[in-house]
Amino acid sequence: MDVRRKLAVLADAAKYDASCASSGSRRETPKGGMGNTEGMGICHSYTPDGRCVSLLKILFTNYCVYDCRYCVNRISSDVERAQFSVREVVDLTIEFYRRNYIEGLFLSSGIVKSPDATMAELVEVARSLRIDHGFGGYIHLKVPPGVSRELIARAGPLVDRLSVNVELPTTADLSSLAPEKTLGAIESSMAIMKEQIDESKERTKGMRDRKETFIPAGQSTQMIVGATPATDSQILATATRLYTGHGLRRVYYSAFSPIPHADARLPGKSPPLVREHRLYEADWLVRFYGFQASELVDGTHPNLDLDIDPKLAWALAHREFFPIDVNLADREALLRVPGLGVRNVDRILAMRRHRTLALEDLRKLRVAVRRSLPFLAFAGGSEGARVRTLDSMELRRRVEPAKQLALFESQVAAVGGQL
Amino acid sequence: MIHAAIEPTFEAFREAARPLLASSTPPANVFFEDRRRGQVTLSFGDTPASRSFGDTPELRSQAERTRIKPKKVNVPARAVELAKLASFHRDGDRFELLYRVFYRLTHGEPYLLDVASDADTLRLRRMVQSVKHDEHKMHAFVRFRKVDVVGEAEPWFVAWHRPEHPLLRLTAPFFQRRFPSMRWSLLTPQESVHWDMSELHYGPGVPREDAPPPDAFEEMFLTYYKAIFNPARVNLDVMQAMMPKRFWSTMPETAVIGDLARSADTRVQVMKDGGESASSAFIPKTSSLAVLKDAIPACRACDLCLHATQPVFGELGTAQKPVGTLLESGLFLVGEQPGDEEDKAGRPFIGPAGKVLDRALEEAGIDRSTTYLTNAVKHFKFEPRGKRRIHQRPAYGEVRACRGWLDAELEIVKPKVIVALGSTAAQSFLGKRFQVSKRRGQIEKTRFCDAWVATWHPSAILRAPDESSKERMFEELVADLALAKSSLERAA
Repeated sequence: MDVRRKLAVLADAAKYDASCASSGSRRETPKGGMGNTEGMGICHSYTPDGRCVSLLKILFTNYCVYDCRYCVNRISSDVERAQFSVREVVDLTIEFYRRNYIEGLFLSSGIVKSPDATMAELVEVARSLRIDHGFGGYIHLKVPPGVSRELIARAGPLVDRLSVNVELPTTADLSSLAPEKTLGAIESSMAIMKEQIDESKERTKGMRDRKETFIPAGQSTQMIVGATPATDSQILATATRLYTGHGLRRVYYSAFSPIPHADARLPGKSPPLVREHRLYEADWLVRFYGFQASELVDGTHPNLDLDIDPKLAWALAHREFFPIDVNLADREALLRVPGLGVRNVDRILAMRRHRTLALEDLRKLRVAVRRSLPFLAFAGGSEGARVRTLDSMELRRRVEPAKQLALFESQVAAVGGQL
Repeated sequence: MIHAAIEPTFEAFREAARPLLASSTPPANVFFEDRRRGQVTLSFGDTPASRSFGDTPELRSQAERTRIKPKKVNVPARAVELAKLASFHRDGDRFELLYRVFYRLTHGEPYLLDVASDADTLRLRRMVQSVKHDEHKMHAFVRFRKVDVVGEAEPWFVAWHRPEHPLLRLTAPFFQRRFPSMRWSLLTPQESVHWDMSELHYGPGVPREDAPPPDAFEEMFLTYYKAIFNPARVNLDVMQAMMPKRFWSTMPETAVIGDLARSADTRVQVMKDGGESASSAFIPKTSSLAVLKDAIPACRACDLCLHATQPVFGELGTAQKPVGTLLESGLFLVGEQPGDEEDKAGRPFIGPAGKVLDRALEEAGIDRSTTYLTNAVKHFKFEPRGKRRIHQRPAYGEVRACRGWLDAELEIVKPKVIVALGSTAAQSFLGKRFQVSKRRGQIEKTRFCDAWVATWHPSAILRAPDESSKERMFEELVADLALAKSSLERAA
């Protein structure tokens, strides 16, 4: 099989992993080499699914000894199989990089022989790129669960990011769809990575010009949404545990997508993509807006509203919290106003030190006034929320976005993170 | 009126603005011109009070005067950073705006930049945002093409790119940092830059026609681009918002976007319908129905076997004398799945629906003992309700999973005429979109046999809302069976 055919097979097999981030790492171009990272990720292209192409995202091989039902590469699937050599992956990465197609490499793999044997090949690719070719671009390796401590220690200084996929939100989901994987093994791999990252931080503590060199962009993970009946509440609870327990930088939610040669235990239909976006929005609210996951979903409302974003849904359910005064409220309270994103809240705070704000100011900042106005008050002004509007049964209809726009907006928001 | 003819760079602007700010020249009186474009005459530029200066004695003397009488002008570092970026904006009046902002910052409004809704601050921020966006898109969308230079061992990488703003000098250092050990050139309509592995050399702009020719390696990138795209998630709006069309002409991958988008729906349908049935892994290679029947209890292609009593395999009518394993003549009838009684007995069509079928076969003049009777799904799917087991329609994934068994039966029996009873059976053959209500009673030529027909499932007749519908559907079932019978006779 020629390299081009392998590339077609092994990129096709890799497309179900949502992550393509190349941010969060700083690396200078090695002397005589090529490639760097400057903190900000770069999306070099976009495919017609609206997803970005930042990294060369491929599998080392799609042969796999596991039989995870949701996975197109499971042993019982009869997809075409292929395997790269280390040299082929290295050459492709370099040739893609020097034409400015990519920021780097995201290499994952089916499990051949054992997790350690597989990981050793991936580490060898990273070593060859960094050491033999002076490659300074971004490298993200997917870690098979259950990999040894030593291999993670070897990979750490070579890569920008490592990730192990949690795959499904609950233990029960895993045992029904991924019989060889357990949450325990997955999380213990995460724990090993966190431990080594912390140790490395400890070593460089107090150094001048300290720069993180061990997995500098941290670890991420991916959860498949909609392949099992798990609720948004369970999904966000697992995400919260991973963020706080294992120090993950990012949890990716990937709406279950139909795969060729699907197993009959999988749902025949994919969940609405908007569900995935609502989860991302909720994730942002928890990480940057001071919300608790339990404020957004709970036992009685285990799933996020698909029609409106979770912040608006929270506001409609907690009208007693409003109106919030633009000129007096603190940052935390302003962040809870629908339509006010982090950036605009910071602008409001800077501006109001010098003058009293009126509705017109918000319009100029392009705040989504229709959505936010009913929840706002302006000290000294007559605009903004009236208790009558807030109590109105019609409020939801007034503030919810037109349906068509909603998905697009939320997708752009999920990329930009401004809610 | 002051006209400053300057190079359109931040440094030149700063040099020119410093003395003007120091002497508190009001912004309304100051205009900047691009020195390289020569003296553009402004409509009110020739008033007696107006002076022009740039690299002129006037400017120098103005600068000298301020040096003699230094008045410190301090612009906050933050403003300098923003102004540096805004100076790359294509708008002709950007330097007037920068001067006005600097003037206001140094003349009583030091907090101006905090007032985000102020018209000047707002415009400055938008300009900066637009420049940063364009800078970022240039970092992203530049596509180097390898050019082999005669007589040189090292290849040369050349890209042509059309930025929205003339910001080549802002972005070139990025490529210098990233590709120091590679010889490259970046061409834009306004200006070009060349890296010789030690220094950047700026040169004149290059028209689109002189862009480098395609690079053979681009085929690899297209292969990657096509493979990494997920047809189940088409979203062209988001793609275009992120990758505006004005950049497409120099990005090789955009040539295949149309094809990818158009074929996406079909690919998803094929993904859902196509591929081998999950049961194929459990099906022995055999030409004997009995061997198949023995193998089916071991099938784990779906989870229905976990709750059902037993699989119900197809049944060859008693009047059929299989020659070897071949059926000589007779109808091949396929139902949905076994019901409660069939599940317990392990035989197809013996419950209430079977009785209806028997009656219909009789009226159509067909002897059941000459037929082959089977189901699309071989296990009973139900929901327990109290002591009763309520029939549940099998999911399409389960139908697909069981298809391997039906294929194996067809392979052995090789029927001339197939009757699909109900939509589950019909969809098992022809895909999820088949609607029995619209396509029943028509002999169709399919890849399974020359005469294939769909009709009502007997249990649909039992469930019909009223007597008259029941009667009508039963008559249609009889008619469709009779149609199948006559097809069979014609074939024989």
